[in-house]
Amino acid sequence: MKDTTDPAVPIIRVRNLRRDFKVGARGRGRGVLRAVNDASFDVMPGETLGVVGESGSGKSTIGRMLVGLLPASGGEIELFGETITGPLGKRALARVRHRLQFVFQDPHAAMNPRMRISDIIAEPIDIQGGWSRKARADRVSELLDLVGLSAQFADRFPHEFSGGQRQRIVIARALALDPDFIVCDEAVAALDVSMQAQVINLLMDLQDRLGLSYLFIAHDLAVVRAVSTRIAVLYAGEIVELSGKSALYEDPRHPYTQALLAAIPRPEVGVRKPPIRGEVPSMLNRPAGCALCPRCPSAFDRCKTEAPALREVAPGHSVACHLYDGA
Amino acid sequence: MLQVENLSVDFRVDSGWIRSVDEVSFALDAQSTLGIVGESGSGKSVTALSILRLHARRNTRMTGRIVFDGEDLLAMPERRLHEMRGRDIAMIFQDPMHSLNPVLTIGDQIGETLRIHQGLNRAAAEKAAAGLLDMVRIPDAKRRVTDFPHQLSGGMRQRVMIAMAIACRPRLLIADEPTTALDVTVQAQILDLLRDLREEIGMAVILISHDLGLVAEFAERVLVMYAGELVEDAPARNIFEAPAHPYSEGLLKAIPSADVDMHRLYAIPGRIPDPGDRPPGCNFAPRCALAQPACSATPPALDTLAPGHRIRCPVRLAAREPAA
Amino acid sequence: MTDATVPPAAARAPLSPGAARRRILMRRLWRHRSFRLGAVILLVIVLMALAAPLLSNGEPTKMNLRARFAPPSADFIFGADNFGRDIFTRVLYGARISLWIGFASAMLAAAGGALVGLASAWYRRLDGVIMRIMDALLAFPAILLAIGINAALGPQVSSVIIALAAAYVPRMARIVRAAALVVRELDYVDAARVSGASAGRIIFRHILPNCLAPLIVSLTFVFAYAILAEAALSFLGIGPPPPQPSWGNIIAEGRDYSVEAWWIMLFPGLAISLAALGTNLLGDGLRDVLDPRLKIEA
Repeated sequence: MKDTTDPAVPIIRVRNLRRDFKVGARGRGRGVLRAVNDASFDVMPGETLGVVGESGSGKSTIGRMLVGLLPASGGEIELFGETITGPLGKRALARVRHRLQFVFQDPHAAMNPRMRISDIIAEPIDIQGGWSRKARADRVSELLDLVGLSAQFADRFPHEFSGGQRQRIVIARALALDPDFIVCDEAVAALDVSMQAQVINLLMDLQDRLGLSYLFIAHDLAVVRAVSTRIAVLYAGEIVELSGKSALYEDPRHPYTQALLAAIPRPEVGVRKPPIRGEVPSMLNRPAGCALCPRCPSAFDRCKTEAPALREVAPGHSVACHLYDGA
Repeated sequence: MLQVENLSVDFRVDSGWIRSVDEVSFALDAQSTLGIVGESGSGKSVTALSILRLHARRNTRMTGRIVFDGEDLLAMPERRLHEMRGRDIAMIFQDPMHSLNPVLTIGDQIGETLRIHQGLNRAAAEKAAAGLLDMVRIPDAKRRVTDFPHQLSGGMRQRVMIAMAIACRPRLLIADEPTTALDVTVQAQILDLLRDLREEIGMAVILISHDLGLVAEFAERVLVMYAGELVEDAPARNIFEAPAHPYSEGLLKAIPSADVDMHRLYAIPGRIPDPGDRPPGCNFAPRCALAQPACSATPPALDTLAPGHRIRCPVRLAAREPAA
Repeated sequence: MTDATVPPAAARAPLSPGAARRRILMRRLWRHRSFRLGAVILLVIVLMALAAPLLSNGEPTKMNLRARFAPPSADFIFGADNFGRDIFTRVLYGARISLWIGFASAMLAAAGGALVGLASAWYRRLDGVIMRIMDALLAFPAILLAIGINAALGPQVSSVIIALAAAYVPRMARIVRAAALVVRELDYVDAARVSGASAGRIIFRHILPNCLAPLIVSLTFVFAYAILAEAALSFLGIGPPPPQPSWGNIIAEGRDYSVEAWWIMLFPGLAISLAALGTNLLGDGLRDVLDPRLKIEA
């Protein structure tokens, strides 16, 4: 029942995506906050695109726009050949909706506390309609089994489960209609270390078995390394580096990526480099040039006035930084 | 300087009492750093809050002794403890936004501690507050004292909390997940700051975190807690280079690395037992690869593996004994 | 990778999870002292109203001219009124009408308020208009509004109910809207949206059930208000029409004789106070137990 997908054609194409939020009351103090600015990327069938950034980087906003939870302010999103932005976007989204799903950060908030596990997992099925009672029950058991939970859990309520188990249930719901693409928004950030490893392994096993593609949003570069094929690093709403996994970790080009990697606490005893100074700027008064400029150790004059564009510095490796303009 | 002996903490729930911290003992030298690591429900934060007796009294039962400079904090009258809080022992928390009063300037809030404990007047307190903001590396400190908490970023707020905590130059600072709510780059800055301040002031620091990486970088000595019990107490180097308890080992292996590619992560099977439903023997036995039948029968004791290294695992203790 | 451990909470309780949860809730409620007292008071009043034919002479409208203004005695324990009707019987039968008015108008107000509040919370564009209308209604004293509506509909029990319900819809709407605005931002609502759920499904399956706690709590308070308001309307002569007794109209009829036959007003008045007290105690208990902000972390 799955549509055939060509492995060489991206299932997701995002071009110049933009999202603005109006902030402040009407009139005085009203401003526009650009949460996502000019983001372009593809997701190929069966791959995981990791999206990394700190708070305010716009990573969650991108994820929410991809599944239609937030409308885009500009730019284009194409899912499975359907353009879900623009005037005909709603119709197009309805046609591909069954192929998309979303896994949330907080497994406690992601389930209606008054519903049974079977009804939570079967919600996408119930919304789609047309399933017999038997088929629905069988599918729920199958899904529970798929995420490593006992089928006996179907009649229970969410409050009876631990965080790690809840996240498995949320994943089971996401798989209900056999989607092709799942946005995981900080899907393991709320879990303890030992649960986190279990859930990450589960997501990867499912990818192997079902041929899923993920957009994996996280703030933790180590987690992203474990799951991703390619990685986009976001800073202040813009993609500053986009590359394959090994290139990003072995040869990070953007000063921000380098700083992020250096800042990860590592479970080994020893001294380390001083961290990058400052914090993410408010996007209400974004600097004229490069957004990182005030914090960047390598900034020069041009960085203050001119925003760098994302350009390819090696095959499949793009960076938005003036340091690489000469290349 | 600090000696915790057989500390147990129970909380009242609907169905009776549940044990949150079970017979924890450890010692801390002046000017040293101690990390307490564990997952949620391990009792690490409860242990730390007990040192200042910050639990609601009505629903908590604490037994054991917490000796600070020869005095038992658990037996101490409330008034005496009040004097010590903030002056000798200070604490910072995970969420700097909810720990600050939104309607007072940060200068007022820092000054308050000084006025209470050192009897400074308003003007002197404000000046001292500016000095403290300078100490926690808040740029332009003199102007910042009149700011309100909402005007500061998360990292700046945590710096303000630290300034309040060190105002009286305490001899012990307890930091409970101080960087969990912060971004990675800011987290590194705060950790650097704590490290520097410890040397400047000469205080001991207890860092509580779920993040082993963070603790490894900061602490000289590390306690690993699991399901309310201390399972390993060792110098940081030992824990991270050669963890002896199977739980510490599993936890360490389960952390994804930013430095190497892994096809699959190591995962400890199962989950932490509920506090009301712990297994009869070793709490970790149901998840442990080394578990023997005896492990599920009797609760193991914390024992010395090597000088300065204690673990709660009879299997590993037995394996090392012939060598020792 | 499998995590087949059974949650211990469920392993201990052989009950179905829903029943177990309800049982915990009931136990918490029953442990709450004011809830218990309020529940007992209300239960006694309701039982007495239901058992009225057994407890009294069974004829609340039967006149007995010889017993006019009989003071409380063994024959007439609450005394008799200006037509010689037994006040005790009338108070018991009056309870049926008064409680019915309280119950029906509270339920209607809750239903109306829930619809308005949910619409307002979900359709953000309507919110401004709806809430301004509700504000305007709230600006009228509820009793004044009820007087107007009741005057327009004519003197019947049903028009009293409609009038009181209409008067309390705005505050119910506010309460539901406030709760719904919180719930609509929760991830499980987004999860339903990602799967393409319709507005109706989201509102009635996800939002409403999770707004019920504040709704139930305020329902009890509206019930108490409505019983009091029924008395006020009767006093103004636009309550449930005589001769069928309600607590309000017994008092209203007795007001001309308040000095010489104080018992006519006293006993229905006590009944009203007791019912209102019981309801408020019950409501306080419900609020303490159902309001998650006060719930003790387990």
